[in-house]
This record gives sequence, structure tokens and C-alpha cells, in this order.
Amino acid sequence: MAYAYTPFPYSPPPGLTAPEPRHPVVIVGAGPIGLSMAVDLALRGVKSVVLDDNNVVSLGSRAICWAKRTLEIFDRLGIGERMLEKGVTWKVGRQFHGEREVYNFDLLPEPGHKYPAFVNLQQYYVEEYLVERAQDFPNLIDLRFLNKVTDHKGHTDHVELTVETPDGPYQLETDWYIACDGAGSATRKRMNLPFEGQTFDEHFLIADVEMETSPFGDHDTPERWFWFAPPFHNGQSALLHKQPDNIYRIDLQLGSETDPKAEATEEKVVPRLNQMLGDAPFRLDWMSVYKFRCARLERFVHDRVVFVGDSAHVVSPFGARGGNGGVQDVDNLGWKLAAVVQGEAPPSLIESYDIERGHGADENMRNSARATNFMTPKSPIETLFRNEVLTLAARHPFARKLINSGRLSQPCTLARSPLQTAGDAPLHPGSALIDAPLTGPAGDRWLLGEVQGQFTLLAVGEITAPDLPGLARIGIDQSQEAYPCFQGKDGHVQQRYGSGFLYLLRPDGHVCAVFDRPDSAPIARAFDRAKGATA
Amino acid sequence: MILEDNLGAEGDSVYAALMAAHEGLSEAESHALNARLVLMLANELGDTARLAALFKAARDLA
Repeated sequence: MAYAYTPFPYSPPPGLTAPEPRHPVVIVGAGPIGLSMAVDLALRGVKSVVLDDNNVVSLGSRAICWAKRTLEIFDRLGIGERMLEKGVTWKVGRQFHGEREVYNFDLLPEPGHKYPAFVNLQQYYVEEYLVERAQDFPNLIDLRFLNKVTDHKGHTDHVELTVETPDGPYQLETDWYIACDGAGSATRKRMNLPFEGQTFDEHFLIADVEMETSPFGDHDTPERWFWFAPPFHNGQSALLHKQPDNIYRIDLQLGSETDPKAEATEEKVVPRLNQMLGDAPFRLDWMSVYKFRCARLERFVHDRVVFVGDSAHVVSPFGARGGNGGVQDVDNLGWKLAAVVQGEAPPSLIESYDIERGHGADENMRNSARATNFMTPKSPIETLFRNEVLTLAARHPFARKLINSGRLSQPCTLARSPLQTAGDAPLHPGSALIDAPLTGPAGDRWLLGEVQGQFTLLAVGEITAPDLPGLARIGIDQSQEAYPCFQGKDGHVQQRYGSGFLYLLRPDGHVCAVFDRPDSAPIARAFDRAKGATA
Repeated sequence: MILEDNLGAEGDSVYAALMAAHEGLSEAESHALNARLVLMLANELGDTARLAALFKAARDLA
């Protein structure tokens, strides 16, 4: 069944009739990134105005693969469980060469996590859930649809905007301008900022089809299937994914000598899909022919303008690193921006967003460019090596690991960030939190639900967490009067975190320091550093 | 990276074995064999620093 698009209501903004007071935060773009940003800030009590030139959710499924870390962030924002319930859970990827399966991988082979490796869910559902979640905060989130930013002027301590509405233009001022306006960011273009990287010449067809008969076969096991030289598609590559509502995502590589306009027609697309899907009837739900590039801004922070998500960096889709990378940007920036707006941290803390997420963007670009190079060899010798990897893979395990149809999104480490304090423990400083099941006085809980969102000192085993102002505490496998304690279930906490350690966790669920002694002073120093205090 | 002789008395026989591995193959088949061999030797060596040095030494003669 096709998704029913319902327009969001427009109402004339106050700025049309009288000047508005300067806002603390204006978010430009109500896609998954802009909306997540608004919800994250609202959860911290920070007001924002969200401006979008449109008034419906994403046209077409677009981003569909949401990684475990992203789902954990969405859990904190309040839509993770809804996504899990509606979405298609998967964790196994299979890679074929011709008709033969050459390699498969299991992205989450061990139990003891609230969220699976991946959930496939169309971007329009994610945006719908986020808009509904944003509406839970009527006093904090001011959603303005059909409000198109046509100009902005940056100053050292604020930004002026000109906004066009159906009732004419108006002016806004904001302390912080958060540009979540996507890959074609108008903000970026107005500022003439170079957006550089690697462009790929290959065209790809992306098609969503609705069908009753599963292309995954009788069992309809949702997985990620990728073909090199598929028998049904003339020498190129193909990708198959399942989404909810019996919708399947198909990606077909079309080559570089393709006319994208001619290819993006039903007359051309349906015969291609028939070759893949056989006689099974299907309805074409959405399609697009595209090329892509891996590119980024040199800096994500320009005084009071901050770029988040695709406006800051774009990658090829193979690896699901676009939407997932953007949600990690939000997770990183949200607590920092709130601390600065609320006067608890210096504006320089925002610089650490540029460093940490710049590092993340580089990692995502490197991985997705490597996958794309493997899938679309640029020369006869690259083609030769690629094909011989596939030949070797049939018999030799080492070559299977070289097959690259996309290294799927993983949280990147913050180990080299200036906010980190070095140390040694089973989970290293800089790593993202690893979830684990707990039992407490009120029943079963997940670790991520107990510690995300605020700075938390996690005490595991025989070690007491000292009391420090502004720092939440939680104990595992210990008993304390002063803070909540839980028992780890099935040994997962012990296996992932060891015993006798204190973990200082950031609000974005990353370990920023570890300790094996309960001394307050070094913990306080690491806490200050993580909040951006300059030494 | 070892650029001094490491094969000793077996040098001639290793070279002959490599030629024998190619015997009867078309040029395209031989190129494919070489590609497989490079990948297998890289895995056999398993040392990224030494491999990088070898890639550079080979490239420098191009």
C-alpha cells in the first residue's frame, strides 16, 4: 500500500506582523536531521524554531537502513521503539557473484542488545514519527512549514535570516543557525563554501517496488543481498533490501554512459525489474536515477552557523553512512549546543563538534569511497583485481573479506578528541556505549536507557562512584544507598565492561574516561575536560 | 622489506615454477593468475607496512 502523504499545516509566523525576539536556535530543514536536532534540544529544555520550505515528509523512501547506534540515539529521542516495531529487522548480508553466493556476514552475532544491527524503515516514516515527537514539545519546538530561508547574514554572535512564506517575507535573528538543509544546502551555497571530495561517474537506478511474492524466496528472510555481475542484470551490480508494507528496495548499477532522464521512465525501468523479479506482479512505488559523490565541508562550524548531516558531508549510499552519520552528528552536537545556550559551557565547546564529527565524516567517506571503487572499477586493471577477488573468494576465506559492497555504518571512535582522557579498560575511552541487559528493583532494563542523555559515572563491580556535582551515577553488580543499582544479566555487562571500573560516559553515550580507583580529583578533571574546559 | 636475495640456491627453481604456473595460459589468463597471486602473497605476508614498502618499490620502477 502506498504511503499516504498528509501535508503539515502552515500558519502565519509572528514575524510577519511584528519583530520576533532573537531566538536561541533556528534549525533550517525539517528532514530527519533537523527534526532530531529539535527534539534533542527540547529534551534538554532548549527552544528552537524549525524552518522548512516544504510541508510534507520525504517524497520516496530515500534513507532506509538505520544502524544500531542510530536506533539507540532514536531511543533516547523517543522514537526508537516505534521504528523497531514498524521496521524490518535484519543483520545478515549475502554477496553473490553471478548466481553463486560467495560470502555472507552477520552484523550482530551475539544477544543482549535492545536494538538489532539494522532496521529498514522508509525515511517518510522516520520523519512522520519525528514530527509527532516534536509536537510533544509545543512550548519548546516551533515547527514552521512553508517557511523558506532565502537569505542569511552571519555575525560573530548571531545570524540574521530572511524567510519567505505564502504570506510574504519576514526577518528573524538567532544566536545559533543550524543548517540541516541537506546535500544541496542553500546555506552552504549562499556562503560560497567549497564542498570537495570524489565524484563517481556511475549512474545507479534506485527503485522501490511493492509486491506480495517475496524476491527473497519462500521464507522471505529479510537480509541484504548484493550481486556482482548478477545473471539478471547485464554485468553490473545489484542490491536488494526489504522495507515494511511489502516494499522492496532495488538498486541497479547502470554504468557511466547512461542517459539518466531516459532511464528514469517506467518504459525502461519495468523491463529491467522484470528480468530480476521474473513473472511476479509488482507495483513501482518510487524510482530515481542518480550519481553520487563523497564530499565534505572543510569546517562544519562557521561562527554561529553550524552544518549538520548532508549539508556538511555526503557519501555514497553503499554502507548506510549518510542518514546514520547525520544522526550521530545530532547526538554529538545536541548536548554541547544546549550547554552553550544555557551558559554552562563556553562557545568554544562547539569547536569539538567540528573536530569529532569531521573525523567521523572522514571515516565515512573513506569507507564508502572504497566500497564504491570496488563496485565500480575505474580501469581494466581495477576490474581484473576485483574479478579475481571474487574468483578467489569461492575457495579462499581471506578473499571473502576483501569483497566490498559497502562496509556498514559503525559508530566511530572519539579516541583522539580533545575532550577525551586516555585510560585503559575493557571498553576503551572514545568508544560508543555497548548496550547490555540489566535487572533492577523495577524489573528488566537496558543499560543504554539508564545512562544516555546526561553525563553519567557508571560503576561496574566492586568500586564505588564518588559524588560529583552535575554527574549522574549508576551501579552495576553492587549495592548502594546513594544511587540506583542494577544487576547485569547473563554476564553481558561483565563481558563488555569488565569489573572494578568506573566509566565516565558523555551524554552522547561515548566513554570519555575510565578509572580503576574511586578518587574524585581525576574524575573531576576528566569531567571538566569533557565539558570543554580549557586547561 | 627484503630486497637482498632471500631465495638462495632455490632462486632458479622458484622462477621456473612461476613460469610453469603460467604455461599454456592465454595472456589474459596469465594476467588474472598474476592478480590472484599478488592478492594471495599479500595475505600470506600479512604486514601492511612491508606491503606498503613493496608496493612503493615496485611502483618506483614504473
